[in-house]
Amino acid sequence: MPGSIRKSGTEMVHRTAQSERIIEALAEGEAIRGRSLWEDAKRRFIRNNAAVGALICLGLVVIFTIVGPFFSTWSIEEIDWVRMGDIAGDGQPSIDSGHYFGLDGLGRDLYARTIQATRTSLIVGVIGALVAVVIGTLYGAVAGFVGGWVDNVMMRAVDVLISIPYMFIIILLMVMFERSFFMLFVGIGIVSWLDMSRIVRGQTLSLKNREFVEAATTAGVGRFTIILRHIVPNLLGIVVVYATLLVPLMILVESFISFLGLGVQEPNTSLGALISEGAGTVLYGTPWQIACPIFFFLVTIISLFFVGDGLRDALDPKDR
Amino acid sequence: MSVIEVKNLSVSFDTQDGAVEAVRDVSFRIDRGECLGIVGESGAGKSQTFLAAMGLLANNGRASGSIRFAGRELLDLTPREANQVRGAELAMIFQDPLTALTPHLTVAQQMGEVLSTHRRLKGADAERICLDWLERVHIAEAKRRLREYPHELSGGMRQRVMIAMAMLCSPRLLIADEPTTALDTTVQAEILDLMAKLQAEEDTAIALITHDMGVVARMCDRVEVMRLGSHVESGSVEDIFHAPQHGYTKMLLDSMPRLDQPKPPIAPEVLATGEILRVRDMKVNFPIKLDGGLFGRAAILPAVDGVSFDLALGETLGIVGESGCGKSTLARAVLRLLPETFGSVTWLGKDLTTLEGKALTKERRDLQIVFQDPLASLNPRMTIAASIAEPLRTFQPALTSRERKIKVAEMMERVGLDQRMINRYPHELSGGQNQRVGIARAMINRPKLVICDEAVSALDVSIQSQIIELLKELQADMGLSMLFISHDLSVVRDISHRIMVLYLGQVVELAGRDSLYSAPEHPYTRMLISAAPIPDPRVERTRNRIRVPGELSSPLDPDAALRFLPSRRGQPGYRPELQEVRPGHWVAEHDPLETILAARGNPGMPRSAVD
Repeated sequence: MPGSIRKSGTEMVHRTAQSERIIEALAEGEAIRGRSLWEDAKRRFIRNNAAVGALICLGLVVIFTIVGPFFSTWSIEEIDWVRMGDIAGDGQPSIDSGHYFGLDGLGRDLYARTIQATRTSLIVGVIGALVAVVIGTLYGAVAGFVGGWVDNVMMRAVDVLISIPYMFIIILLMVMFERSFFMLFVGIGIVSWLDMSRIVRGQTLSLKNREFVEAATTAGVGRFTIILRHIVPNLLGIVVVYATLLVPLMILVESFISFLGLGVQEPNTSLGALISEGAGTVLYGTPWQIACPIFFFLVTIISLFFVGDGLRDALDPKDR
Repeated sequence: MSVIEVKNLSVSFDTQDGAVEAVRDVSFRIDRGECLGIVGESGAGKSQTFLAAMGLLANNGRASGSIRFAGRELLDLTPREANQVRGAELAMIFQDPLTALTPHLTVAQQMGEVLSTHRRLKGADAERICLDWLERVHIAEAKRRLREYPHELSGGMRQRVMIAMAMLCSPRLLIADEPTTALDTTVQAEILDLMAKLQAEEDTAIALITHDMGVVARMCDRVEVMRLGSHVESGSVEDIFHAPQHGYTKMLLDSMPRLDQPKPPIAPEVLATGEILRVRDMKVNFPIKLDGGLFGRAAILPAVDGVSFDLALGETLGIVGESGCGKSTLARAVLRLLPETFGSVTWLGKDLTTLEGKALTKERRDLQIVFQDPLASLNPRMTIAASIAEPLRTFQPALTSRERKIKVAEMMERVGLDQRMINRYPHELSGGQNQRVGIARAMINRPKLVICDEAVSALDVSIQSQIIELLKELQADMGLSMLFISHDLSVVRDISHRIMVLYLGQVVELAGRDSLYSAPEHPYTRMLISAAPIPDPRVERTRNRIRVPGELSSPLDPDAALRFLPSRRGQPGYRPELQEVRPGHWVAEHDPLETILAARGNPGMPRSAVD
């Protein structure tokens, strides 16, 4: 390296020589390829055995909900009139009768119903959490980053929404519009992102005065790009953990709505509904009615926790 | 007779990557009433040595060897025995007095805890002793301070409380771990004086852990130099400073910039005389909340109060002042990083203060900043190559990713970073390397102005001088102008052509470098220069210090601005004018030093001014 001022001529020669050397190094493939945060995260995630195991479990559950129906000999609403007389006896899980998970309280095939319920709950949980992550994160990050009156207006709006019991909102929606799957998602979407936006705003407030945000401003980066490139990646840890907690929460919210008779309607069902039915009949000698849905519920939720944990660690470059 | 004797001490930590040796086979002793300086850069194991003595090692740490203190083996003590020694015979002061004091306990409660544990004293007796000690460490209005919480005290006062607390039981050994590093130069001078006085009065031995050779020169009798956990060299302070044997000691001494050097290294000449930046009457006010009323009272804190200066092409202007003088705020205001400012910033003939949006972004290409904390100024989730490339992405969007990569690699090589590190994250690099990344990011578009906001303050001395060399080289290469902000007068002197001294948001002196250091005019500048320790025991111990008692006053205090102009005290709001005493040497209006010192002693003075 030149220690002092050089004549511009030598400087130029020196520079080109240096550039050539660097270009050569790049061409030879000797220079290391640049990696992004996501590539690093993938690498770190794959190295985490617990998280990968949980992801495989989750994958198996999803595959089961897709492939399972092909093996089913009954539909979700058919009542097996022959066996419904003695469910505790004839309705036990059996391969011969085609009721692999037994019968439910009304004599319907629990195998078909569990598959359908798992699918419903997964969709509700994942969509609810996704809405929370996307809307909540962006909303909170924008409010926190912009600050001032914008922040005030945005967060007071959240306060108002939080202060209204969400059941009212959902009941109103369900009553005003036709009850449907879509409306269920709208209802859950409306409530799920509120807490997330608050958490994210708080984190953003502490991040926005950090020097690297100022550095980005002097580098000419636009405000929205700063939020996306500098604020949000640093929020991911907390967002991911909260999102994995949200999925089971959403599943529970859905079961409660269904329990009120406003959510998923018979003959469709969800894990929450199946579990509550199974819990009601557990004393009549039909333990499979609660065991089957609970097994899928637990596998899903525990896997999600581990995946969330793995994601948080993977997204934090400090954790190697 | 030695107070403490350390023999073959090793400290290691069990980590996931195996055992890490923090201290390796270190031996030394400290005699009664002696001050031993433990010197070394970060990672030298200085603090761990004494944390082992205090029994304060982290849970995964293990110490072996022997530490004999007052006839006892400290490493073998049970926690209960250790508690009898700690705080009574062996006391410690820490670097950051705010985090070392418990936030929810008043000064009296914190100090009382020590007395009730070790001397079973409570109530009025204990309070009398506390009060007595607060007065001995020169805390004004000690009675009122006893009822106050740590956050109500200034940094210097907190450190005084820490010292008083450590001295309560008249310990035989006082361990001071970087006791003045977090403090301003003038406050540092007072704290060091205080420690020296107590040492003499109480005959206490002091172990002074520091990285600052100037502090060592001032305080210590003997010196122990450490590096990477190992002993390097030890000897009397005279020997270490005037006849260092080991290369590392020599390097440490050489890289320390000295205020008294007759011929400071010459900064590159100013290339052209064109004026590129003109700042006029810059004002930045921060709204703050005070107690009072139902919702508190709003007040306005003038952080920068009417600062004007010019900057020529290729010139470096040093900005010096203590914490709270508004130097960083000024930098951010010039770069338009703050929302509300008053005054004008003219950049190459354009008024920056009126630019918005795209037009402002366009100018940002030439206006860059290097921050104090290298780690905090880099996004922890971006690789360093991505951080360096970011300005390229906004200002030269036409570049292909390959061209960008080449430019980043060139720049990394230019600032002395290995190209193979492109995929590293900031936490994987050292502070010096991270600062190089910050510099590379600022320089990659070849800007015309770079503001260095305490860019070297967080770094070790040897790294500090390397970074300053790098900045000078880059300046010569690119012909850029710099605003170099620092609290350290000797560092600023190394790099600046002209220097501006700020006090509470106002300029008190603005002069060429040599003129400022050889003939400082303003009492505040003289105070700062005389307070900065010089790494030479002979010079340091014979210097005369100018002391204007009291710490930096609050900018909210109407009298504070007139601290150096007591004759105008009756006229609140009076602004000292800048006068040109010599060509290019501007000084704010002030009273002669004698008048200021006399005014201090005046009992009719407002309380806050006396401190």
